[in-house]
Amino acid sequence: MTPQETTPVPVPPDRPPPERIAARARRLSLLNGLFEFRALIALAVLIVLFGMLTDSFLTVPNLIRAAEQIAVNGVVALGMLLVILRGGIDLSVGSVIGLSGVVAGELLAGLDLRFVDMIAYPPVWGVVVLCVAVGMLVGLVNGVLVTRFEVAPFIATFGMLYVARGLAMLISGGSTYTDLDGSPQLGNTGFGLLGDARPLGIPISIWIMVALAVAVMLALTRTPFGRWLYAAGGNERAAELSGVPVDRVKTVVYVISGACAALAGLLIASELTVATPQAGETFELNAIAAVILGGATLNGGRGTVRGTLVGVLVVALLVNGLLILDVSLFWQILIKGALIIFVVMLDQGWRRLQRHRSALSALVADGRPD
Amino acid sequence: MKTAATKVLSARAVTKVYGGTHALRGVDLDIAAGRVTALFGKNGAGTSTLLKILSGVERPTTGHVELDGKPVRFLSPRDAVDRGISVIPQKPSLCPNLSIQDNLFLAREICGGPWVIDRSAQRATSAATLHSLGEDLDPDRLVGDLSPARQQIVEIARALVQEARVLLMDEPTSMLTSPEIEALFRVIGALTASGVAVAYASHRPDRALRIADDVAVLRDGRLVAASNAKALDIRRITEQMAGRAPDSLSPHHIPPAEKEPPPREELLTLRGLSVADPADPGHLAIDDLSLTVGKGEIVGIYGLMDSGLTELLEALAGRIPSQSGDVLLSGIPLENASIRDRVGRGLVLVPRDRRRDGLVQTMSLGENLSLAGLDRFVRRLFVSRKRELDAVDRMISGITLSTDDAGTPVESLSGGDQQKVVIGRALLTDPLVLLADEPSRGVDIDAKGDIFQLLAARARRGLAVLFTTSDVEEALRVPDRLLVLTRGVVTGDFRRGATTREELMSVLDGAAIGHAEGGAN
Repeated sequence: MTPQETTPVPVPPDRPPPERIAARARRLSLLNGLFEFRALIALAVLIVLFGMLTDSFLTVPNLIRAAEQIAVNGVVALGMLLVILRGGIDLSVGSVIGLSGVVAGELLAGLDLRFVDMIAYPPVWGVVVLCVAVGMLVGLVNGVLVTRFEVAPFIATFGMLYVARGLAMLISGGSTYTDLDGSPQLGNTGFGLLGDARPLGIPISIWIMVALAVAVMLALTRTPFGRWLYAAGGNERAAELSGVPVDRVKTVVYVISGACAALAGLLIASELTVATPQAGETFELNAIAAVILGGATLNGGRGTVRGTLVGVLVVALLVNGLLILDVSLFWQILIKGALIIFVVMLDQGWRRLQRHRSALSALVADGRPD
Repeated sequence: MKTAATKVLSARAVTKVYGGTHALRGVDLDIAAGRVTALFGKNGAGTSTLLKILSGVERPTTGHVELDGKPVRFLSPRDAVDRGISVIPQKPSLCPNLSIQDNLFLAREICGGPWVIDRSAQRATSAATLHSLGEDLDPDRLVGDLSPARQQIVEIARALVQEARVLLMDEPTSMLTSPEIEALFRVIGALTASGVAVAYASHRPDRALRIADDVAVLRDGRLVAASNAKALDIRRITEQMAGRAPDSLSPHHIPPAEKEPPPREELLTLRGLSVADPADPGHLAIDDLSLTVGKGEIVGIYGLMDSGLTELLEALAGRIPSQSGDVLLSGIPLENASIRDRVGRGLVLVPRDRRRDGLVQTMSLGENLSLAGLDRFVRRLFVSRKRELDAVDRMISGITLSTDDAGTPVESLSGGDQQKVVIGRALLTDPLVLLADEPSRGVDIDAKGDIFQLLAARARRGLAVLFTTSDVEEALRVPDRLLVLTRGVVTGDFRRGATTREELMSVLDGAAIGHAEGGAN
């Protein structure tokens, strides 16, 4: 070290020339664009690929069949999106689907109120409300476990995965409800409409999903709740200090997720005209895959309804296309797993890129006179 | 004796950017064998970042590190350790659940055969190393049972076991008592005598200057002085660390008040407030504090890191519970109001750590600004975009940001602008009382001036401000009334202009020493 005092160095010498920084920034923004639209790109690739490989992929009957898949997965994924935006995860949705179907089957077959010695036959709308309420209740338990008892979301909802499935088995005794039609004398017919009705030629489940998507989109972009959700997911401590009721937001998203899963359970039971306690197994994974593929990060704070819907399309069309191609179920499972890992890897890469970009833009900005 | 020192480790034009913040700007530094290089800088000046880069924890954004005059690129902290560079962190980073010898040889175990640790060899080496440091500790004792000072010694012993040629110490005395510091300095002296290069980062020049051979001073990420220790005295170093404080820091431009100022309407009142230390619940971070902040008044609290400044403000904001005492907001007790209630009633905190507690990095500048005051833009169910954007635009021009685009990602702003955003967010709630925890931390000198101008302007319109600082200049120039807080107790209370830098230092130090002696008994 030299013994005399040095003056501050005005310009750091060891810095790449501005043109090179700018060129690097341009390359990065192109890459960034590709990452942003990764789900749309994947969707286009899938459609072209399956369209070329098969004759029946791009036909109306197949697309209607896929649409039913899309609707159910979409409803679950929209609820999951809210949970993931908050930085949590809901593994219990698949079991809630099964539970909701079983509750519907039980109610349509008559609810035995032993203490008043009566059998109640609630009307179909009542069945729907009760089933959704059951889903919300499971969500509420998840939310209270996560907020009040500080159980990690993964653990709490993982436990509820088994609890809800166990309940479905207990209520049904493990058997399947095959008669969901109700009878005119009891005034509880019409459950099948959820799966059958086709207003304007489009299955009603799609309409329900679209309506839900619009509602969630409005809630996310236009209401304080949406803003709180993004803020609490992005930085919980900062949101809390800004006066955001972070725990209430957290509980609400699990309740909504449970309601969405219950609704999906009703759609499935109605479409298949049977309710089994096994319905909805591994649906939580489809939903998570769709949300992540749609650009959300598991850390929370990032994700959109539009992206999630594209993600749902990708997952559903992938499954549908593989089915038409007669790829064995085993391979389907493997491919889906590989897709999820690949997408999460992309996600990490994207975040590294973001950090890189902001560092680079700060370097560029520093070159400017203040 | 100390002539023609050879450089061992050097930084060459090192720049480091985190997000949009420059932590280092083109820093050159040499660390010589057998000498102690003291590296001085205030919080946020970049000293910790420089140590991280020299030890391979972080990589420079531009520039490079040289070892023995040759450029090196450390693949990992482990790689740096293998090349003889060890770090003694501010707080010991040992595994408390393992014994001393296990810690000393962690990931470098001496193996007798394949897969089998040769414990007796490890024990012997451990004991010998500890003995050479003057601490005959049993190598089989659990590290968790040792005092912080002893753990610090174990850290150094680990560096010796790793055959370190360069020892980078980050504020190693902050957890130690005076006798322990003396012991540490003796150890450092013995190390340099045997040819080890020591870099010693600190924000307190008074202590470290005693053992320094070379001195380097960082300010706002720039190297502002580098020289032989004999060529500098404490005053020069402190000036270099602080920079020339601009007059803009003094908001009112008024002479010191001669007589008692007229009584103000009391907005914030603390009566006998005590707050438990969240890190150590058996101990009080704030002990029986009473204080009032009036309408339009700026009250500063000056203290060091362990003074309880952050705990006080977090308790007032509702983030941590208070143990006893009352807090009144315009005369009404706050009781156990939630953070949200307090924000709604006009008490809002600008937190100390803006990255961790202030900004939502995933959101835009505008969304960050409007977050706390969102309720006021709601019409029926929805946020009125027009109202929100109007208020955000007004606030952006009010806090003088370098951009006026509300859609800018908040991460890409400079440190000073980010801090202004956190303050702007609080101001957007139209608070009665603003709590600001070291609002000038880690921002450059211009932004610092802007921030205090802004607070002063708001105070003239009736805002009550309670802010903390660890900067003497700020403490002397900014507040109408200044309290000195030492380990949770008020040790000084001055009107503006009624004290001097020297008096302030002695109040802080005298009380600190008194307390330390009391605590040792």
